[in-house]
Amino acid sequence: MNRFENFKAGLIKDNPVFSLFLGICSTLAITTSVNNAIGMGVSVIIVLIMSNVIISCVRKITPDEIRIPVYIVIIATLVKIIQMLIQAYAPSLNTSLGVFIPLIVVNCIILGRAEAFASKNGVLDSALDGLGMGLGYTLAVLAMSFIRELISTGGIKVVNPFNEAQVWLNLHIIPEDFTVSIFGSSVGAFITFAVLAAAVGAYKQHVTAKEEAAAKEEK
Amino acid sequence: MGELMALLVTSVLVNNVILTQFLGMCPFMGVSKKKSSAIGMGVAVVFVIVVAALVTYALYYLVLVPLQLEFMDLITFILVIASLVQLTEMFIKKTSPALYKSLGVYLPLITTNCVVLNVCLVNISNSYNFAQMLVYSIGTPLGFALVLFIFSTIRERLEQSEVPNAFVGNPIALIVAAIMAMAFSCFTGIV
Repeated sequence: MNRFENFKAGLIKDNPVFSLFLGICSTLAITTSVNNAIGMGVSVIIVLIMSNVIISCVRKITPDEIRIPVYIVIIATLVKIIQMLIQAYAPSLNTSLGVFIPLIVVNCIILGRAEAFASKNGVLDSALDGLGMGLGYTLAVLAMSFIRELISTGGIKVVNPFNEAQVWLNLHIIPEDFTVSIFGSSVGAFITFAVLAAAVGAYKQHVTAKEEAAAKEEK
Repeated sequence: MGELMALLVTSVLVNNVILTQFLGMCPFMGVSKKKSSAIGMGVAVVFVIVVAALVTYALYYLVLVPLQLEFMDLITFILVIASLVQLTEMFIKKTSPALYKSLGVYLPLITTNCVVLNVCLVNISNSYNFAQMLVYSIGTPLGFALVLFIFSTIRERLEQSEVPNAFVGNPIALIVAAIMAMAFSCFTGIV
């Protein structure tokens, strides 16, 4: 039960992006389309689970003074593997995500989880924590990219990353005359992020208020 | 020479790292609450980036390329950056303990500041020559420091204004960043 709670916390309450404000660089930059968000989300989940597992395995033999360099080398190696795989099998994704794939190395979520969780907990717990936090990140980028792509282009288009000709989903909801192209640029990214972060903040305040009220009633 | 000037203006204003490329968001949100720490952070980042860019550029072309180890770029670069940040930290701790205190956890976090790694990677992937590399590696952190400073002055005023409950703190700061991004988008087309 406790494990499940831990896993669930990463999704909304302790969402790494909207409530801990970690890894916002890539969140803002790659959310111009749902396609990019899926690719980035999956890459981050894979790196996060693997780095959490490896760091948790070596946590007892890592000297405390040099733990950060050790972690960062492990993470960099994993990211390089993912980058080479994406370059080989999904070249279109590689072009659209660009420098943000190697920059997963410096995504604060991954080093943050390594330092705060994987270095203190067992292998299975760390893997679950990685999955939860990774899914929380993916959820956040999906929400952002859905709003931004819908408003800036009027529809959602998802293609198979391994084969560009195969279109999985092509929706047109807003007529082209009513689209707001500024949502595709940096301004839209900041505004969408601010509104979503405020919404998550309001939800958290609501939950704490309810818990406090319940605690008072018990007394 | 004109080309280098254009590159400088582009990297400082037109393609500003924070407002158009969204890099270095963590320190941008974290240390922008006070003017003095924003200046300190700006200077530290300029120093780390210029030195890191020089070292990684030399390492890449003098060591990795002759040995055909180009795929090791990411791992080499991040190690260089991590040790440089450690060095800067020790230097600031000795020379200015007050600044060291106000930068707090964000000083070691320069390691995970995406701007540093980004500059090193872009220098290689755009195959800049030495002069271009130098101009780009000075211009980019200057743009970062400039926006960080402007943002911190706005944020000091923001502390005293009334904001809807849910927007207190980071969300309202992001709205300010959006308006700044709008202003900076006017620089597009200058070069």
